[in-house]
Amino acid sequence: MENSKQNISSTVRFVLGGQAIAVQPARADQTLLEFLREDQALCGTKEGCAEGDCGACTVLMGHANETGQLQYQAINSCIRFLPSVHGKHIVAVEHLSGRDGALHPAQAALQELHGAQCGFCTPGFVMSLAAAFAQQSTALNAQQAMEALSGNLCRCTGYRPIVDAACQMHDSARFAPLPPEQKQWQDAQVVKQLNEICAAGTLQTANANWVAPRDPLEFAAFLKQHPEAQIVAGMTDVGLWVTKQHRQLGAMLYLGDVDAFRAIETSDELLTIHAGVTHTDAWAALEKHYPQLQSYAQRFASPPVRNSGTFVGNVANGSPIGDAMPLLLALDARVVLQCGDDQRVLALDAFYLAYRKTALASGEFVRAVQIPLLRRWHVAAYKLSKRFDQDISACALGVALRLDAQGKIEVARLGVGGMAGIPSRAPNTEALLNGRTWNAETVANAAQALLTEFTPLSDMRASAHYRAQALANLLVRDFHLARGETLDLAQTRQLAPLGAQS
Amino acid sequence: MSASGIANMHESARLHVTGQAHYTDDVPELRGTLHCAAVLSEHAHGKLLNIDSSLALAMPGVVAIITAADIPGENAIGPIMQDEALLPSTTLQYRGQPVAIVVASSAKLARIAARAVRMNVEPLPAIVTIEQALEAQARVLKVRELTRGEPRQQLDSATHRLQGRWTLGGQEHFYLEGMVAYAMPQPEGCMRVLSSTQHPTEVQHMVAHALGVSQTQVQVETRRIGGGFGGKESQSSHVAAWAALAAHKTGKPCKLRLDRDDDFVITGKRHDFLADYDVGFDAHGRLTALDVMLASRCGFSADLSGPVNDRAMFHIDNCYWLPHVRVVSHRCRTNTQSATAFRGFGGPQGMAVIEQVIDDVARFLGKDPLEVRQVNLYGKTSNNITPYLMTIEDNIAPELIERLARNANYRTRREAIKAFNQKSRFIKRGISLTPLKFGISFTATHLNQAGALVSVYADGSVLINHGGIEMGQGLHTKVMQLVADALGVPYASVRISATDTSKVPNTSATAASSGTDLNGKAAQAAALQIRERLCQLVASKEACALEQVSIADGWVVSPKGSQAFADVVAQAYMARLQLWSDGFYATPKIHYNMQTMTGRPFYYFSYGAAVSEVALDTLTGETRVLAVDILHDVGRSINPALDRGQIEGGFIQGMGWLTTEQLVWVEQGKGLGSLSTHAPSTYKIPVASDMPDHFAIEFWPESNREDAVFKSKAVGEPPLMLALSVWHAIKDAVLATNPQANLQAPATAPEVLRALTEDF
Repeated sequence: MENSKQNISSTVRFVLGGQAIAVQPARADQTLLEFLREDQALCGTKEGCAEGDCGACTVLMGHANETGQLQYQAINSCIRFLPSVHGKHIVAVEHLSGRDGALHPAQAALQELHGAQCGFCTPGFVMSLAAAFAQQSTALNAQQAMEALSGNLCRCTGYRPIVDAACQMHDSARFAPLPPEQKQWQDAQVVKQLNEICAAGTLQTANANWVAPRDPLEFAAFLKQHPEAQIVAGMTDVGLWVTKQHRQLGAMLYLGDVDAFRAIETSDELLTIHAGVTHTDAWAALEKHYPQLQSYAQRFASPPVRNSGTFVGNVANGSPIGDAMPLLLALDARVVLQCGDDQRVLALDAFYLAYRKTALASGEFVRAVQIPLLRRWHVAAYKLSKRFDQDISACALGVALRLDAQGKIEVARLGVGGMAGIPSRAPNTEALLNGRTWNAETVANAAQALLTEFTPLSDMRASAHYRAQALANLLVRDFHLARGETLDLAQTRQLAPLGAQS
Repeated sequence: MSASGIANMHESARLHVTGQAHYTDDVPELRGTLHCAAVLSEHAHGKLLNIDSSLALAMPGVVAIITAADIPGENAIGPIMQDEALLPSTTLQYRGQPVAIVVASSAKLARIAARAVRMNVEPLPAIVTIEQALEAQARVLKVRELTRGEPRQQLDSATHRLQGRWTLGGQEHFYLEGMVAYAMPQPEGCMRVLSSTQHPTEVQHMVAHALGVSQTQVQVETRRIGGGFGGKESQSSHVAAWAALAAHKTGKPCKLRLDRDDDFVITGKRHDFLADYDVGFDAHGRLTALDVMLASRCGFSADLSGPVNDRAMFHIDNCYWLPHVRVVSHRCRTNTQSATAFRGFGGPQGMAVIEQVIDDVARFLGKDPLEVRQVNLYGKTSNNITPYLMTIEDNIAPELIERLARNANYRTRREAIKAFNQKSRFIKRGISLTPLKFGISFTATHLNQAGALVSVYADGSVLINHGGIEMGQGLHTKVMQLVADALGVPYASVRISATDTSKVPNTSATAASSGTDLNGKAAQAAALQIRERLCQLVASKEACALEQVSIADGWVVSPKGSQAFADVVAQAYMARLQLWSDGFYATPKIHYNMQTMTGRPFYYFSYGAAVSEVALDTLTGETRVLAVDILHDVGRSINPALDRGQIEGGFIQGMGWLTTEQLVWVEQGKGLGSLSTHAPSTYKIPVASDMPDHFAIEFWPESNREDAVFKSKAVGEPPLMLALSVWHAIKDAVLATNPQANLQAPATAPEVLRALTEDF
C-alpha cells in the first residue's frame, strides 16, 4: 500500500498491437473506440451502437497471467473507458495480420467462405473469432461458434458462412496460423512491457477523474473519503451513461486494478465472488458446482460483455431485470458490504429496498457476494426474452427446493426478475410449495399463486400479462424438466427435424 | 475462362477482414473538420414557438446552430413529393424529428450541446396508430383501388366465405453502419459530399435544392455502404443535406454521423400494415373472390409510401390466380417517422396478407395449406393474368413448389409432426411451405435505366464506374465479372472505384433488386464497344474479318496468332482509338399506366419457395426454427456464392421481421408517439444462434427466359419473403394447441403465448 501510494502515475500506458502507448487523456471517460478511431486513425474498429450490443467495436484485451503467458478476451471497445486498459495489451483488427500481410486464420476463413457482405460488422466478427482461436486449440463446433459470436450482429449474411468460418478456421492446412516471428508483436516483449506498467503503481489521471488503486484498503479508504465517487468496474452499464446519456461523471473509482477483488473463494459450503470478478469467471465458478446453470449463464449478455462486466456489479446495480439476482435470491446469497476497514454481511433479500435503491450506506460498496453451495437441492434458473441470446429478460425465475427422501419440499425459495421494481422472492408462492410433495398438483397450485403474486409492468419487452403467465408457466416447466422431459428450447438447440432425410 | 458464373469472393473481402475497407466515417478527415448532431423534437405533434440555443452556443467548441432560417435554398425535401421541411420552422410532426443541427469541434460535444438546445412547443393532438388514422381519415396520399371482375357479387354467391383482420409489424433496417454524410465546401459555391446512400443522384439533387445551387455544383461520392436494405434510398438525402447546410454556413468540412439511437428515432422503417379481408372460395379451397383492405402506417410524410403501397397491392396475388379481386389501399398519415423503402418495398406485406388468407381458407376446410396453395396457382396458358393485367409468361411456381415439397419431404414430415404433436404436451411443432413470385423492375418505368463508364488504361488495366451502390450485395463483384468477360480480360485486371455523380449522372437508386440487371447491362454495353474497337483494329491491320478476331483471358486471338490484350491496347492508343466508353441500358418491354394501375410494370418475375419447421414451447411462447429448405430462382447465376449469400441473408432478415423484431411506439399518455425500441438492446434482430441447424439452399436450374444480363435473375429482395414460411410454421404449431388462435406478426414469444391462450 505504501509502495503504491508513492507511485502515482497520471499517464495511461498500454500496448497497442506492437506499439507502446502512453497518453494523458483529456477526458477520463474517453472510450477505447474513440481513442482508436479518432486519435490513432485505426478505423477498422467500428461503432455500430455505442452500447455494447452489436459487437462491431470488438477488440482483444490481453493480460499476462501468472506464468507469463498472454491471455486474450474479446471486449467491446465502445463502452470501455481508455484508462481501464492501463497495463493491458490491446489488439485491434489492423494488428491481426502478419508483417508480410498474411492473414490470421479467422480473417482467412471469413474471406474464403464469403463471411463478409457489406463488411461493416466484419472486423468485430474477426476479433470474436480471434478470441475463440486464442482460447481454444481445437476446432469449434457449431454450438461453440454460436456462443462465441452471440455478441456480434450481422444484418447481411444470415450468419451461416460466419459460423462455417468459425468451425473451419482451425483447419491449418487451409488457414495456416501466423508463425510467431510474423506477428506484429513479440509476446515476450509485450509481457515485459505490461509487467513494467503494472509494477509502476497506481493510475490516477489529472484532476483525479480516474483513480485506480491497486490495494483493496486504499480503494475502500478513497471511497469512504469520497463517497460521491462513481465506482466503475466493467463499464457495461456506466459506459452507456456516457455514450448514450452524455452524463458528466466526475471522479471515477476503478476497481479493476485491485488484484484482491478478482478473487474467487470456494469452501465446502460457500462460493465467494469478489467485486472485480467478471461474469465470465464468476459463472464458470458457479457452473462448477451447478452445471445445470450453463444455459442460463450463456444467455447472460454476450462474451464481450461477460468479459468486461462484473458479477458483483450486476448485484450492486440492483436492476429489476438483472439476471444474477433471481438465481442468487433462490440460493439465499449474501452480500458483503465494506466501508473503510469495516465489513458487514447482509442477506441479498434485504439488500434491495426500492427501484434501484439498495441498503448501501454512503462510502460503502459491495465487496463480495457469498453464494451457498447447496447439495441435494433442486436448483435451476430460467430466463425469457424475445431473443434467446444477448437479450434483456422479460422475466426470470430462480428455483431452489430442498427435498426430503420422499420428495416432499422442505424449503422452497423462488427468486424473480422483471416482475417488480426490485429483484424479489415470491413468498406467497413459496408458502404453497413448502411442506408439500413436489408433484404436478402442488406445482399447479403454486403456479396459480405465482400468476397473481406480482403486478408487473407492460413495456416494449413484454406485456404484464405475458410476464405473469410465462413466469407461472416456468414453474411448471421446471417441474417437468426435472423429470427429464425435453422442454427448454434454449437448451435443446439440436432438436432434429421430423422425417427429414438430411 | 469466363469470369461470370464463378463463385468469386467479394471484391472487397480482403479489405473487409483486415479492417482496411473505408466507409464514410473512416475516410481521413480534412483539416478543420467540424461535427454535427441533430436537435430532436420531443413532441409527436406541436407548434414550434421558438428555439433557444443560447446554452448550447455558450459551450466552448460549439460553432453554430443551423435552423430553418439558415437554408439558402428551399426548405422542402422528399423523393417524390417534397412534402417535408428539411428543418421545420412552424410545425413538429413526430418525436425524433430533427429541428436544428448543432455544429461543434467534436461529435461528442455536438451531441452534448444538442441536448442543451431548448424548444418552446405548443402540443397538438397526435395520431400514432393505423386505427386512429383510419378513423380520422388522415392520409399522406389518396386512397387507391385496384379491381378486377366482380368481387362483391362473387363473394355473395361463394360456396364458403371467411372474413378476418390481421396486423403485420414494421421493421427497422438496422444497417450496421448508421447514417452518415461528410460535406466539404469547394470553391465557386460547390459542395462535395461523401454519403452513405443507396441513391447518390438523389442526394445530389436534394443538396443542390437545399443550398439553392445547380446540380453541377454538387458532387456526391460513395465507395461502399455498411448495409442499406432500402433505409438509405430516400432518407440519406436528409442527413447529407443537414451536413451540407452546416458546411455551407460554417465554410468548414462538416460531418454528421447519427448515433444509433438517433438513427432509430429519426429515420423511417418498413411500413406496418393492417389488413381486412373478405374471401370467397369453393370446397377445394379455390378462391373465387377476394376483397382486401390494406392500411399502412406511413408516418408524417409521403416519402416512398406511394410506390411501396402500390407494390403491396401488386403482390396481393403472390403466385395465385384471383379471378375477382378488389384491393383498397389506405396510406395513413401518423405522427411517427416517415416509413420508407425496405427490402421488398411493400411486396412482402402484400404477399404476407394473401398467404394468411390462403392459410385461413385451408384451416377452415381442414386441408393441408400446401394443397390449397397449389390449387390456387396461376396457370401457364390460362388463368395467367395478374389483377393489374400483366400476362405471366414465365410461371415456374407449380413445378418449383412440387420439387421443393418432394426434396424437403414436406408431406412425410407434416404427418410426423401431427403424430408428434398428439404425444407432446408442451412442445409443439409446425411446418409450412410458402412460395413467392416477385415482380422485377421499378414500377415507375422511367427509373429502369442505368449508365456506366468503362475506361481501359494504356497498360491494359480496366476501371469501371457505374451508377450502382455496393452495399454488401456484391454488385461491384458481379459487374466486374461481367465486364471482364465482355472485354475478354482476366477478372484480376478489372477494378471499380467509388460511385460518383460526376462520373455517371442521373442514376436511379440501387433498389428494387435491380442493381445488377441495370448497371451490369450498362457496363457490359460500354465494355462491348471498346472490345469492338479493338477487334476492328486487329481486323483492319491483319486484313481479316471482324468475326475472326476474338478476345478472351487477356489474349486477342486472330488468324495470325495471339497478342496480349495490353499490347493491342497500346497499339489502339497509338492509333488514336477511344479506349473508354459509356454504356447505357433501359429495360425493354415494360410499360405501366399509373392512373389505371395496369400494364406490364415488371420485366420478369423471380420465384422461390421455402419449407420451414419450427418447435414451440407452449408454456412460454418461445419458438425455434429447426430446419429450412429453400429452392430459389436466380436464373443463371453470375456468382453462386453471392447469390446464396443474398438468399440466406434475406431469409434470416425476413425471419427477424416476422419473429423477434418488434417496433413499439407509445400509443397514449406521456411520451405519446415515442419509439420505445430504439437500440439493439430493445430491438432484437437475429443472432448467429437463431440460424436453423438445417439450412439447405438449392437454385432453380433454369436461366431467365428474358434477356436479362447473363440470363440471371434479380436476387436482392425476393428471398426475404421466403421467411413467411417461418411465420406460417409457427402458426401451424400454435393451431395444434389452440385451433381458434389468431396469431399476428411478428410472432414474438409474448404474441405466441397470447395467441395460444386467447380465444376469438
